[in-house]
Amino acid sequence: MGHEGIGASVRRKEDLRFLNGRGHYTDDMNRPGQLYAYIRRSDRPHARLGAIDTAAAKASPGVVAVFTGADMAAEGIGGLPCGWQIHNKDGSPMAEPPHPVLATGKVRHVGDPVAVVIAQTRQQAKDAAEKLAIDYHDLPGAAGLREALAPGAAPVHDEVQGNLCYDWHIGDKAMVDAAFAGAAKVVKLELENNRLIPNAMEPRAAVGDFDPMSGDYTLITTSQNPHVIRLLMGAFVLHIPENHLRVIAPDVGGGFGSKIYHYAEEAIVTWAAGKLKRAVKWTAERTESFMSDAHGRDHISTAELALDKDGHFLALRVSTLANMGAYLSTFAPCVPTYLYATLLAGVYKTPAIYAEVKAVFTNSVPVDAYRGAGRPEATFLLERLVDVAARETGIDRVEIRRRNFIPNDAFPYQTPVALQYDSGDYTATLNAALKAADYAGFESRRAAARARGKLRGIGVSTYLEACGIAPSAVVGSLGARAGLYECANIRVHPTGSVTVFTGAHSHGQGHETTFAQLVHEQLGVPLDQIEVVHGDTNRIPFGMGTYGSRSLAVGGSAMVKAMDKIIAKGKKIAAHLMEASVEDVEFKDGTFTVAGTDKSKTLTDISLTAYVPHNYPIEELEPGLEETAFYDPKNFTYPGGCHVAEVEIDPETGVTSVVNFTAVDDVGRVINPMIVEGQVQGGVAQGIGQALLEHAVYDSAGQLLSGSMMDYTMPRADNLPNITVGTESTLCTHNPLGVKGCGEVGAIGSPPAVMNAVVDALREYDVRHIDMPATAPKIWSIIQAGRPRMAAE
Amino acid sequence: MYDFAYQKPGSVADAVKALAADPEAKALAGGMTLIPVLKQRLNHPSVVVDLAKTGLSGITAGAGSVTIGAMTTHAAVAASAEVRRIIPALAALAGGIGDEQVRHRGTIGGSLANDDPAADYPAAALALGATITTNKRAIAADDFFQGMFTTALEADEIITSVTFPAPAAANYQKFRNPASRYAIVGVFVARFPAGVRVAVTGAGQGGVFRHAAMEAALSANFSPDAIAAVTTPAGDMNSDIHASAEYRAHLVGVMARRAVAAAS
Repeated sequence: MGHEGIGASVRRKEDLRFLNGRGHYTDDMNRPGQLYAYIRRSDRPHARLGAIDTAAAKASPGVVAVFTGADMAAEGIGGLPCGWQIHNKDGSPMAEPPHPVLATGKVRHVGDPVAVVIAQTRQQAKDAAEKLAIDYHDLPGAAGLREALAPGAAPVHDEVQGNLCYDWHIGDKAMVDAAFAGAAKVVKLELENNRLIPNAMEPRAAVGDFDPMSGDYTLITTSQNPHVIRLLMGAFVLHIPENHLRVIAPDVGGGFGSKIYHYAEEAIVTWAAGKLKRAVKWTAERTESFMSDAHGRDHISTAELALDKDGHFLALRVSTLANMGAYLSTFAPCVPTYLYATLLAGVYKTPAIYAEVKAVFTNSVPVDAYRGAGRPEATFLLERLVDVAARETGIDRVEIRRRNFIPNDAFPYQTPVALQYDSGDYTATLNAALKAADYAGFESRRAAARARGKLRGIGVSTYLEACGIAPSAVVGSLGARAGLYECANIRVHPTGSVTVFTGAHSHGQGHETTFAQLVHEQLGVPLDQIEVVHGDTNRIPFGMGTYGSRSLAVGGSAMVKAMDKIIAKGKKIAAHLMEASVEDVEFKDGTFTVAGTDKSKTLTDISLTAYVPHNYPIEELEPGLEETAFYDPKNFTYPGGCHVAEVEIDPETGVTSVVNFTAVDDVGRVINPMIVEGQVQGGVAQGIGQALLEHAVYDSAGQLLSGSMMDYTMPRADNLPNITVGTESTLCTHNPLGVKGCGEVGAIGSPPAVMNAVVDALREYDVRHIDMPATAPKIWSIIQAGRPRMAAE
Repeated sequence: MYDFAYQKPGSVADAVKALAADPEAKALAGGMTLIPVLKQRLNHPSVVVDLAKTGLSGITAGAGSVTIGAMTTHAAVAASAEVRRIIPALAALAGGIGDEQVRHRGTIGGSLANDDPAADYPAAALALGATITTNKRAIAADDFFQGMFTTALEADEIITSVTFPAPAAANYQKFRNPASRYAIVGVFVARFPAGVRVAVTGAGQGGVFRHAAMEAALSANFSPDAIAAVTTPAGDMNSDIHASAEYRAHLVGVMARRAVAAAS
């Protein structure tokens, strides 16, 4: 089945409607009698809320209702729940202050929702919202980590003095301290991981509806995981039983993590629809997205590496401050802990690792998982630290990595920070990347650039990440308040076509194609007879959605299990029809055969029989051909690889251009190479964005200075080189497909490769480290500082 | 945006009448600044007077000059055979404004009347010594720009055309804001028989300005080396999250040298 099954670069089925403007996004959905919500947000970083005078707004043309936090509290509406509880070093639980849907008592960041106006039109709602008179009593604010932790800093939540959410650690501190005491060399680095704003192409939107006859609520929302939203909003916020709450996440135009979380606006439109008995729509404006979508990253860390005299890593010690923002977003606490510190071993056999993480409340937008989520932060820290170690030990940058790689015969490899890697070949991806990037020929390119007046540098990052967060029992013991399995329902219709109902959600990943390829491979059904359904809690079984590069490893595995059940049942039906014993029936390429005979039945013969069971083993077997499976992974998967970046710096202006980029990744078995290449390229684009361009900047009081596309630099086509993508795979050993995941590798591996190249390009200026983003003025300042000032100046 | 009345007069005279009748009226050219400002509710005109039907677009080649109608789009200027022949640097500048969509909506008159401190056209008008013609009078570029977002235009005055004298050589170099792609620093250098004019946009606290020290040095010796030692006082420069005043001052020199090299 080679040309359309596993390994084939089948064109994406969904692109026909996307490229023709025929996608169905949330804002395209309209309901009869629909009203529009506009949310008045705080323009203050931190203030006590006095009276809110709604009279003028309520009297404004077209206004149907105005609600404040007090109105929601009066009806017993709960706060937004947090899905992960971290425990402090002393075993006590993290500080978990309430997260009201609409602010009560205080506003805590610019963008904090204060009131909602619901009107006949969007314009009328917006006009009326301006007439709300809100009595703010400003408080001192701090958006930065150091400022929020400073003695005397104003508490973001009155009940959390000192603004410390948790103080957590992992690893054997005594063992690490002993290793440092005996080390021949210690390398220390302070670094920051810049705050990012996701900026999915489609802004968030939500439509709430209510049927007073049935009591059924419907929420259409821009979500990566509709069942998670149904669970969180139904159970914790609005108290609506599952049978009365349908959540639909239709076509979604990009998420990158920012659409995992349960947001206030979803609860607002659903609740308001119930109160008003009319549908209510809210759609974010882009400026609103900047101050209301969860941000990413924002760490300050100190990292120390102990080495022996030969450059072998002995121990790693890391201390990190992580910005939580003003409230705990749905999965925020796990990002700088179990998705970050557990990754600090990277691809290296460092025997002892200790990390401590302080999570901090600040007067800024909540921070949560953003493409890579914790793993880019860990990788940037580790791969920068390794480059500095190479520089300070005099060992070549590539050689020191080779010397410390976990060897191929060490798998399964238990790291000192909880994870157990199942497979990998770090030397293979390194060698392939160096070859594809012509690493050996770099010095001549450096010299040629020099002759053109440009400073050229090359950087390498050998990274590892963890995908398909799992198993449920383990994540539960680590504080997750959810399971992390996935479901699949495979329905073979009477004439042999197939509908797949999956709990994974596609918001750009191409599941409608990749998942169809899996069905084609296993059941032999032509691609055009396979439909993939996702994103509707009334159609699919309970699924956990898509994030953390989990869809194929977890959701795909559930599909394989469900199809195994289909084949097993089909064999029983085939055995009956062909008067053979079940043990003798084989299934291959869509056909059931009896071993040693020429008897055969197609899948269509079997499905028709299953639904028209005239000649059927009805006593032993139910009719129909439809199976459901839930798959709970045994472990994470561990993609890894090597990224090589080559940059040129214009020393006159400080502008850095990435001129070559090579990624060779081990993503396990590849289902669709074209889609993998696209995923890696997109991730690398975001990684280059983080390294050179993107930065969410707050002023000292907590005003967002980079609050629009005029000031927040998204990467554009002319910022990016051609990206060479290769794969060098080892198979995952514990899922049936051998897949590892490819959605985040680009964003994880690339930032340190770029920054290592930037530092390399500036080697004559004696630069040890540069924090991201490497903007032109920053690089120019470094060059100026490293150059004796001319007399004329 | 807030509600406003909308008029689309068929002549300059009617447009002027509409603007004069109402102090809260606002003229709309290409709308590349006004429309976003309205969408953000930062401005609330009583009436928007759309100049689209006032017959102000078109390009005319003169003897040693080119005259561009105020409603001519950037894309039309960039593509104009006359402009490319007479002042190629001006065509290149127009072709580098914003993006393709902006260039097909935005107009030269709108840009000059708005006088955004990071806009490109003010640098060209000032360096080339353009004459800005309105429904009332002709204004020399040296008198037209009066600080950021401030021009010599009166409330009921509409730019009708702009005349650019042809230089012996000219070039415009722009260092873009990485996010907005507006000029952080843009330097237009124009060499005439009578001397060299250098105009800087994007950088100065007072909007577009002429760089006297560079003009003197380049008039004596039109080469990048002539201005290698000419500095720009950082105290007069803008500073924001994208570029400090010192960095802008430095870039003025870099862009000027590159413009001279390209024009030589």
